[in-house]
Amino acid sequence: MTVHSTIEKSAAGASGGPGPVALDVVGMGKTYAGSGAAVEAVRDLTFAVRPGELVCIVGPSGCGKTTLLRCIAGLMSPTVGEVVLEGRRVDGPPEGMAVVFQEYGRSLFPWLTVSQNVELPLKDKKGIGKARRRELVAEALEAVGLAHAGEQYPWQLSGGMQQRVAIARAVAYEPKVLLMDEPFAAVDAQTRADLEDLVRSLWHRLGVTVLFVTHDIDESVYLGERVIILSSSPTVVLEDVVIDLPDDRDQLTTRSEARFAELRTHVYERIQEAKRGHRPAAAG
Amino acid sequence: MTGAATDVVRRALLALTLPVVLVATWWFATAGSTSFYWPPLADIATAFTETWTGERIAADVLPSLVRLTTGLAIAIVLGVAGGLLIGSSRVLRAVLEPPMELLRAIPPPVLVPVIMLFAGIGDGMKVAVIASGCVWPVLLNTVEGVRGVDPVLRETARSYRLGGARRVRVLLLRAASPQIMAGARQALAIGVILMVISEMFAATNGLGFTIVQFQRSFAIPQMWSGVILLGLIGVALSLLFKLVERRVLGWYHGLRAAQRKA
Repeated sequence: MTVHSTIEKSAAGASGGPGPVALDVVGMGKTYAGSGAAVEAVRDLTFAVRPGELVCIVGPSGCGKTTLLRCIAGLMSPTVGEVVLEGRRVDGPPEGMAVVFQEYGRSLFPWLTVSQNVELPLKDKKGIGKARRRELVAEALEAVGLAHAGEQYPWQLSGGMQQRVAIARAVAYEPKVLLMDEPFAAVDAQTRADLEDLVRSLWHRLGVTVLFVTHDIDESVYLGERVIILSSSPTVVLEDVVIDLPDDRDQLTTRSEARFAELRTHVYERIQEAKRGHRPAAAG
Repeated sequence: MTGAATDVVRRALLALTLPVVLVATWWFATAGSTSFYWPPLADIATAFTETWTGERIAADVLPSLVRLTTGLAIAIVLGVAGGLLIGSSRVLRAVLEPPMELLRAIPPPVLVPVIMLFAGIGDGMKVAVIASGCVWPVLLNTVEGVRGVDPVLRETARSYRLGGARRVRVLLLRAASPQIMAGARQALAIGVILMVISEMFAATNGLGFTIVQFQRSFAIPQMWSGVILLGLIGVALSLLFKLVERRVLGWYHGLRAAQRKA
């Protein structure tokens, strides 16, 4: 019982807190008007991400996570509400955002080498000379541990390494906000742990704002400073949980801490509720 | 010898076996031939070396090849440009697909008399015939290639705001290149046929013209040697094409091999 009350309190402090906001999602909803009946995928989402925060979004499968992400990325426009990136309404893919997709194998250009893949988005970015581009590519590949693989083609690498290339590409782009769409759902468990630590360390080093969408409850608690739990579709925010684990996280010690287990159990219970169709009273 | 080298030699031997057998069969079957229409291959070989000397190559072979490459180049440029446009627009596809299917179904050789009516009987006519026949496989394959670009890759390009010319060059053209090359290979075969046919109708030089001239003047060994030369040119062109393809589609073959292994 005590666990619950502390979590509820911390959650109240997380959303709507004062201070600058990097990414603001305001009353966002999306209804697909297909043939026949319209499908309401997302009903009403409101949350804010502060600069430099690492926020995870987790929800039951089919809860509209992908719709939310595509709206934030500007790949799709919401039916109601808006997404605001650093004070500017998103109405197309914004300049200060990079997306890492789940399907790493299909989001890298197979006819370009690893270096060329990382360099490509920089070519259309204003104010970056050739020398600086080279530098950014080298730094990004170094940061993900692929400094040696620049001349190889993506399909010559393992799945985990391919996703590292996609992460390097996003990092080299120097985004204000980094969106990650279930990036590790398709890699094996060991690679996954490595990549989770990579995301934490890059986030620490670069100070970038990260929005990480996942269906993996453990992953969301391990990675995030906050976990936003979504209801099932039509989606609303169920709870905004502050993850008050020490900043220095480790696959072994963090995951065996009592607090980790508490938070994990709490998020798990809320997801189970969401699966049974529980919704906040106001959202009906 | 290394394993790879022996492998190459073995494959070359396998590839050459059947041609050697066929030529030998032809050689011995016609060795004592007295038929006017089936002269001994030895006679044809002699005619070949006598007929296709430097002068004739400059006068007949070269003009043919220039027409072929010009026509093919026009077809590929138009086909790829049109394919990019049509492949990118659902509306254009809906409007243009039925008439395109009809035009493509017309056997290209029947266009020769039609095109002669307004393009005359000069080189322009022959190039127009070759281009108009070769454009369809390139166009239709490019449309398919552009339509088939992986949606995740499209979204990636969009989210990184890849724009205009770079999007066409790095995303669409490269993604469609396997289909474009397949179309170009079909176009090459059609092009050789149209080159010969257009030269048979109305011409003063060229391979098609020369072969018909030999036939009409009953120079049968020379006629056969022209047919053999056409075959050899076809083989040479397809080898050249393979070289280009290996360069352009190296990534594609590597990707496919990696996917098969996985």
